[in-house]
Amino acid sequence: MADSLNGKAAITGIGETEYSRGADKSAIGLMLEASLKAIVDAGLKPNDIDGVIPYSLGPVGEEIMTGLNLTDVRFSAQTPMGGASPVAALQCAAAVIAAGVCKNVLVVLGRRGSSDSRVANRIAAMPQFRQISEFENPIGAIAPAQLYAPMATRHMALYGTNEDQFAEVAVAMRNHALLNDNAVMKKPLTVEDHHASRMISTPFRLFDCCLESDGGTAVIVSGADRAKDTRAPVTLLGVAEGHPDSPSTITQRPDLMTLGLAKAAPRAFEMAGVTHADIDVAQIYDCFTYMVICELEDLGFCKKGEGGAFIEGGRIRLGGELPVNTHGGLLSQAHIAGMNHIYELVRQLRGEGGRAQVEGAEIGLVTGYGDLGDGSVAIMQKAA
Amino acid sequence: MSEPYLKPLPETSIDSLPYWEGLKDRRVMLQRCSDCGVVRHYPRPMCGECHSMETDWIEATGKGALYSWTVAHHPFHIGFKAELPYILATVDLEEGVRIQSQLLDVDPADLKLGLKVEVVFGQARDDLVLPYFRAVE
Repeated sequence: MADSLNGKAAITGIGETEYSRGADKSAIGLMLEASLKAIVDAGLKPNDIDGVIPYSLGPVGEEIMTGLNLTDVRFSAQTPMGGASPVAALQCAAAVIAAGVCKNVLVVLGRRGSSDSRVANRIAAMPQFRQISEFENPIGAIAPAQLYAPMATRHMALYGTNEDQFAEVAVAMRNHALLNDNAVMKKPLTVEDHHASRMISTPFRLFDCCLESDGGTAVIVSGADRAKDTRAPVTLLGVAEGHPDSPSTITQRPDLMTLGLAKAAPRAFEMAGVTHADIDVAQIYDCFTYMVICELEDLGFCKKGEGGAFIEGGRIRLGGELPVNTHGGLLSQAHIAGMNHIYELVRQLRGEGGRAQVEGAEIGLVTGYGDLGDGSVAIMQKAA
Repeated sequence: MSEPYLKPLPETSIDSLPYWEGLKDRRVMLQRCSDCGVVRHYPRPMCGECHSMETDWIEATGKGALYSWTVAHHPFHIGFKAELPYILATVDLEEGVRIQSQLLDVDPADLKLGLKVEVVFGQARDDLVLPYFRAVE
């Protein structure tokens, strides 16, 4: 594949702030702090950054350039796909690097999701939700929990997916968060705790829903030739984004249970030249417990309808066959819209996962899911 | 003095105005491509099948079947707090498109895929009628 992005770019630096429910910094402050950490981690200076891709909601590229005093940025863009944005930004960054436009691209997200505007208000302002705003908000379908829940309802009705399986996802994420010093949730969670938690929008209970968090995360994507000189580069083997049919509404989708990820995943695996059995660790966008089950199906780890059984028996826990969200995920570490998932995958593949390190992890995968079914996926490997 | 209306209002467009005007007459109007005849929803300017921008409007029968649902319990929006819990229903209309609305007067325990439903209309404000659904025997 002459036009493949395999091996053209690597993540050379990662940075994160403290994740919390009450940051003492503004969103741009969180972005700049995380960005500087990532730049230093990559062994670069701020002005080595010549491309900027901020999250599509919040402070824009110009403010990052002003804040870091970047004087030679040649490319800036956004990838407005909600939680699929950060991983989609990796594809964007790799593409502009492969094209020779940039050498080091900063991908960054900072937010006060706990302290400032909450999710139901945030998405109402997003242009991606225009049709939802006109046709579904007026009758009471407003928050992601309400918009996404019908996917889970149908999955349960058709395939027998059940609350115990949702609870297993929640408990696995919590167990992993307990091993992470930068996780918001610090108390153990049991299946009983999950089942006793209050209903948000059926079938989603409180502990099926992700956190709302303050924090910032950044990564630096560099050309593979330059990456060789950095401390611990992680190579992008395959990366892709995919959009579901009817991407602007879930309701009008022919099959409610198939996400854009189902289109992206085969492209990413083919580009990477690896199989599912090669994946040592996976960071799966977990805005709701059900989404982990659905994404594992759309990734091809199991067939549609088999995701509930797939995650049983400790398979996605540390020590299992496919450890998922070794940082605790959006459910129990923090909701940094999946930038924290990219950070964690790089940490794992560097062998710097601390108490949550997956032994011998060499190849891993990270997904994004966002807006009304957009998907993104990246497959990475520690550089030789 | 009437209560203030706290729910979100639809921001209508030139593409969707016949839909919203139709509701005021208690009719669910759907776009149909003038060239290939495919019915589409939500309203938008181009037919996805043949890419024609010529559009007719047809009146839906209002009958359909439950495709999926969620029962909302958490107050995400102040305008809906008083009616919690309520059923958000995704309904397959007979015309082959879907519509999202509330399903009224059904015990959540009786919800099942394929439940037969039909539209009823609710006068939300003087200038706004919204479609809801009820189960049919």
